[in-house]
Amino acid sequence: MEVIFCIFQGCFVFKPSTKKKKHLGLGAQNSGKRYKLCQDLWDQIKTDTESLQDELNRSILDSLLDFTRKCSSTRQHGDWASQMRASEIPTAALVLGVNVPDHDMTFQSLSELLQQLVTPHVASLQAKECGALKHLMKRVLERLMGTTCTVDDDEEEEPEQTSTETHKSMHCSLGILCDWYKSKTRVGHESQSVVLQSKMLQQPPVVVIFKDLEAFNHRVLQDFILICSRYIERLPLMFIFGIATSPSTIQNMLPHSVSSLLCIELFQSLSCTQHLATVIDKLVLTSHFPFKLNGKVMQVLISIFLYHDFSVRNFIKLALLEHFHSQPLSLSQRDLERIRQLPSFRRYTEKQDAQEKVNLMTDDTHLKVECRKLIKDLRKYHKNYYPVLSLHTLTSSLPRELHLICLEKTVWETEEYQSAMKLLRMLAKELIASIQRCCGTLKPVKSKKMMNALIQMEEILTKIKQLDENAPPVDNSITSPVKSLSQKKTDLFQLQKTLLEMNETRRTKKLSPFETVRNEALELIDGLVKSHLSPPEAQTLYEVCYYTSSATVRRHLNATPRTSIQAALSNPYHYLQNESLKTEDGSVSNAAPDICIAYKLHLECGRLINLYDWLEAYATVASAADGNDPDSDTFGKVDDLFSSARFIQAVSELEFLGFIKSTKQKTDHVARLTWEAVEREKRTHTWLLPL
Amino acid sequence: MIARLQQTGYEEDRLQRVAKLLPCRELQAGTLLSIMGQPQQYSYPSVFIYGHRASGKSHVMHILLKELELPHATVSCVECVSVALLFEQVLLSFFGCDAASLLPRSPSLSDFVRIYRQQCLEMPAKQTRYVVMEKAELLRDMDANLLPAILRLQELVEDNVTVIFLSEIVWDKFRPNTGCFEPLLLHFPDYSKGELQQILSQDKHPSYSAEFYSSYINILLGVFYSVCRDLRELRHLAALNFSKFCEPLAEGKVKESDTHKLWRNIEPHLKKAMQTVYLREVSSLQWEQMQQVEEKETGPLRGLSAHTHVELPYYSKFLLIAAYLASYNPARTDKRFFLKHHGKIKKTNFLKKNEKTSNHLLGPKPFPLDRLLAIFYSVVDSRVAPTASIFSQISSLVTLQLLTQVSHDDQLDAPKYKCAVSMDFICAISRTVNFDIVKYLYDFL
Repeated sequence: MEVIFCIFQGCFVFKPSTKKKKHLGLGAQNSGKRYKLCQDLWDQIKTDTESLQDELNRSILDSLLDFTRKCSSTRQHGDWASQMRASEIPTAALVLGVNVPDHDMTFQSLSELLQQLVTPHVASLQAKECGALKHLMKRVLERLMGTTCTVDDDEEEEPEQTSTETHKSMHCSLGILCDWYKSKTRVGHESQSVVLQSKMLQQPPVVVIFKDLEAFNHRVLQDFILICSRYIERLPLMFIFGIATSPSTIQNMLPHSVSSLLCIELFQSLSCTQHLATVIDKLVLTSHFPFKLNGKVMQVLISIFLYHDFSVRNFIKLALLEHFHSQPLSLSQRDLERIRQLPSFRRYTEKQDAQEKVNLMTDDTHLKVECRKLIKDLRKYHKNYYPVLSLHTLTSSLPRELHLICLEKTVWETEEYQSAMKLLRMLAKELIASIQRCCGTLKPVKSKKMMNALIQMEEILTKIKQLDENAPPVDNSITSPVKSLSQKKTDLFQLQKTLLEMNETRRTKKLSPFETVRNEALELIDGLVKSHLSPPEAQTLYEVCYYTSSATVRRHLNATPRTSIQAALSNPYHYLQNESLKTEDGSVSNAAPDICIAYKLHLECGRLINLYDWLEAYATVASAADGNDPDSDTFGKVDDLFSSARFIQAVSELEFLGFIKSTKQKTDHVARLTWEAVEREKRTHTWLLPL
Repeated sequence: MIARLQQTGYEEDRLQRVAKLLPCRELQAGTLLSIMGQPQQYSYPSVFIYGHRASGKSHVMHILLKELELPHATVSCVECVSVALLFEQVLLSFFGCDAASLLPRSPSLSDFVRIYRQQCLEMPAKQTRYVVMEKAELLRDMDANLLPAILRLQELVEDNVTVIFLSEIVWDKFRPNTGCFEPLLLHFPDYSKGELQQILSQDKHPSYSAEFYSSYINILLGVFYSVCRDLRELRHLAALNFSKFCEPLAEGKVKESDTHKLWRNIEPHLKKAMQTVYLREVSSLQWEQMQQVEEKETGPLRGLSAHTHVELPYYSKFLLIAAYLASYNPARTDKRFFLKHHGKIKKTNFLKKNEKTSNHLLGPKPFPLDRLLAIFYSVVDSRVAPTASIFSQISSLVTLQLLTQVSHDDQLDAPKYKCAVSMDFICAISRTVNFDIVKYLYDFL
């Protein structure tokens, strides 16, 4: 997926922007420090994500390891059935989902684990390096023999090694691999340490990993499997297929005669949406990292993920990138002037009394102290924010969505919140369970306020329990009219009447002890939500941690090559920044590059463009640009060889960019491929139907 | 019972042993022996043996050459990624490593012949040397001059050498346009049911009687003979299911002689095996495990093809839908489907004669990139900017083999694609995005 490229592009674009801000800010020594901090944080997030991903893949990797062990052990005992059975090549079909860029990491940790725990002989292959069977063979032999050859440098083995080296340079065949393997295992018997022996099997399998099965050439793969099956008796081979789509591709790729040589077992990995969900939970919804995303940015990133590439790795990279970008802000705490300009800070100062205001605006040291305090507050806010967020268990809505809502607006004013509260008010038994769950989530949190909340919750719980012990449930009175209602089939009028009555009774009815406790609990939760789930925008100095500019993200991550080409062609000043190219009304100046002029002229043509007319128009513009006298004879004449050469070049450049193409409908004409409408709505343009 | 193989020049007991090792192939082995003649005699330059998979071609050759201790080189053509490998293997097995290392880096046929003749002067053949080429059909894909040259290798190297080709394809498909030396043809027919029974019964389980195993094979063939005559595969299946067959015996419910009860026990099991493990929907390891825990009712095992669900990003789904529409609708009908005011066009009005057949029967047609994008922008419900990620999704769909690129990779301008997914697949995809694809398909108008 080429999205990675655009990320790198993004990186390049971002770097200068940080520098710019640095110039705005403080001196060089500060920027160095800022850069270091940024790097540290980046590294921290990176290691955290990596370990998280490892953990997510743990179960599937473990089962894969088990599979390899099992395969190599069943191979070794030779009872009747295993003698009679055709010796198939054990194959693990690893279904990883379409987020191909993420797979690298999985495969890397897989091969590392295999090398540590099961076998030193692991070769992973990518389709693009195995175009032909020859290359595939070469890669396998290189990876298997090359890596292990360098590991041990016994002098006795030296001549053997060189002989295999010469062989390898001549050709590659699995026979050589067999010999190599035999010598390897024999050497292992004699000289290698006992530790290794106990850890590894006596005949460690030779694992070949096909990272992207779909992209492999069918023919090559079939031949390779056929060859391998000839050697399976001598060489304990094993395959791992990395599959992005569905396991039935194996059957599409391999005919029965080949697939019957394999013993395929399926391993399904976590779906990537789940994957992302956990990553967000663990990385974004914690108070560990001071760096946060604002609602809109979050939405942009998630939609990129869902709409375009599904790649968790890219998502993380995006997040990291954002972080890099926002870093200048987050460290600008020293840059006092800038702080004073922050809108949230202004709001804060406006709330203070006059003296304080003056102090804040003028006295730097005071400001510093104040800032420190504010930042502390902010951290506290975060500490409380996330646990309360985890109270979502009450309403069983997803924490991520809740997080998004919270980021955007005050949650307790939303409709969903109201209805959730209403629902809670109706609950009886479930409430207890959910409160218990809340207590569970609150327990590990160490902030003071949360401790308080926990204690209160527990009190409520004990109260409910006492109620349960003392009195039987009292809610019979409410349910009975409903029951009676359903029993006798009444007409509509009566139904309304009874319902009204029921409402009346409920309103007037005295609250049962259970209900009072329930209301108490709800008030507590409501209070918690109101005090801690306020949107981050309301917090002072939230700019320090939150990254808000979603437009920049969108612009940097959604590369729109077409739009930029069109911008460059119709407004060359935008990129060239040359004063002479500056025009007001969107017209192109005469001094613009040839291709811009040709482009501008072609916009005025219909579907088919007469090349000669085009050339004439071009020659007129070009000679005006050269400063020729409009009244002279040669003005706008086409026979100027130089200008027609320039024109031809511009036309072929336009063809290369895909704006025109040659056509057979008319001689001396080219067909135009893009249309005015595209030009007009540059931002959101659509491709018109070529009808 | 065992037919006698007779050929002068070979030891009698060896021939006996060969005959024992080649059940049901005595006739073919006899013919081969008579072609080969006595060891020191020149034999016919090239012999072409063909027959279906697992009809004993390699086995017969291998046993003959090994048991009679004849000098030979066996080369599998699938392994020869380059001719160098082929030459080297032949030289290696006839003259040892030294000769093989004489070959230059990328040897030509004449290099091979030269070195062969050199070596031959030092080590002239006392008896016929044999080169066996397995999977000879792959020779056709190699250099054009290779096959004709190998066919008359005897002449070229002036040595007592015979080349034996083993192939699953008849000789007619080999014959080059320019003509060549015609080899002797020998056909290995498929094993009959009785022969399969006889061969399979030979590998009996050591702890059971021969009759018992033979009756098992009889039942197995009754189920599988109609779908599979591949000896290798049948042997594999026999081994996999034998433990299940013995189960009632081990529990003491039936005696060895009670074939009917045993049949009743095993038959449904074998039928199930035919649908799962024979098709490799379930691996043989899983099958064995399943047999052991079956009493606990583990529930049906899902085969490989049961997992067809593919999770795709939102826009990729629409790109795939657009590609499907572009592949299966004639381009002229795009106006009808994707323009708001297309006027009334009835199906019959713009039907061309050749379009009356269902496009789904004809298969997907190639379409250019701009048509794909045009349809994409009109089917996707929101406005999408043509960002790089949209384009990169097209190429990733190609790597996932959901689309195939028809034009050459190098052609940057106006690449053409085909949609490579099935109707069921695309229906499932469009259901997830609430898109009624059938409404947009010309075939279902």
